[in-house]
Amino acid sequence: MMATTPLGGYLLVAALLFAIGLAGALLRRNAILVLIGIELMLNAANLNLVAFWRYGPHPEALTGMMFAIFSIAVAAAEAAVGLGLVISIYRHSNTAELDKISRMKG
Amino acid sequence: MSPVFYILAAITIAGGVAAVTLKHLVHCALALTVAFAGLALLFLDLDAQFAGFAQILVYIGAVVILIVFAILLTHGAELPRKGVFSKSWPVGFVIAAAVFAVLGWAVLESVRAMPPQAAVPAVTVRDIGNALVSRYVLPLEIVGLLLTAATIGAVIVAMHEKERAK
Repeated sequence: MMATTPLGGYLLVAALLFAIGLAGALLRRNAILVLIGIELMLNAANLNLVAFWRYGPHPEALTGMMFAIFSIAVAAAEAAVGLGLVISIYRHSNTAELDKISRMKG
Repeated sequence: MSPVFYILAAITIAGGVAAVTLKHLVHCALALTVAFAGLALLFLDLDAQFAGFAQILVYIGAVVILIVFAILLTHGAELPRKGVFSKSWPVGFVIAAAVFAVLGWAVLESVRAMPPQAAVPAVTVRDIGNALVSRYVLPLEIVGLLLTAATIGAVIVAMHEKERAK
């Protein structure tokens, strides 16, 4: 069986998802929503990696697949540390709204 | 293009858009789950079974739960009074639109050079496991160390100040 969807379709979906994640990270006030946007961007990159693995000349070498799996693991670590930081900031300044956290403003 | 791909892409994009635009943070987390599930199904559509199930286990099983915990711990379930978008939202929107325009242009320009079709790779989970403990054993160890360090770091960062002073 051959894949019927061309590679460009997956790349376009990944680009759109990346732009949505970037918009979320840039537009929202809440720090947790910024982390959600970053997670969406990481996932878009993973989709690109898997799509290139699938359509590459040597899929049996598993390079792109391994890259995606390690990327998923690193993203999980990043989410844990990021949410820990958000909770710590909330303890200090009693808010998770990024507009109100201005202690380091010069 | 197959209709399955269109449906999965629509689910993923709709989930992503809802995750960054909804007002309630808990609704955002639920929409994020939909987006992650759509992505896992796209991985399965790409014949990457292991990546698809890892996506479900790690993202839907762990990351979304973590996000929901963080939302509830920071009282994010209450509605913000001043609106959910930051003051400089037009600038951010223009930047995101420009990034998508550049990426989309690059993809559409290079679409002729892409391989149109590819045979299904004969890769099993056994192959992935063999590769993980032979060729990729050092990255695997490093990821294990990273996850341990990240877990300990997250606990220390989020620990209560008074308890740390003891």
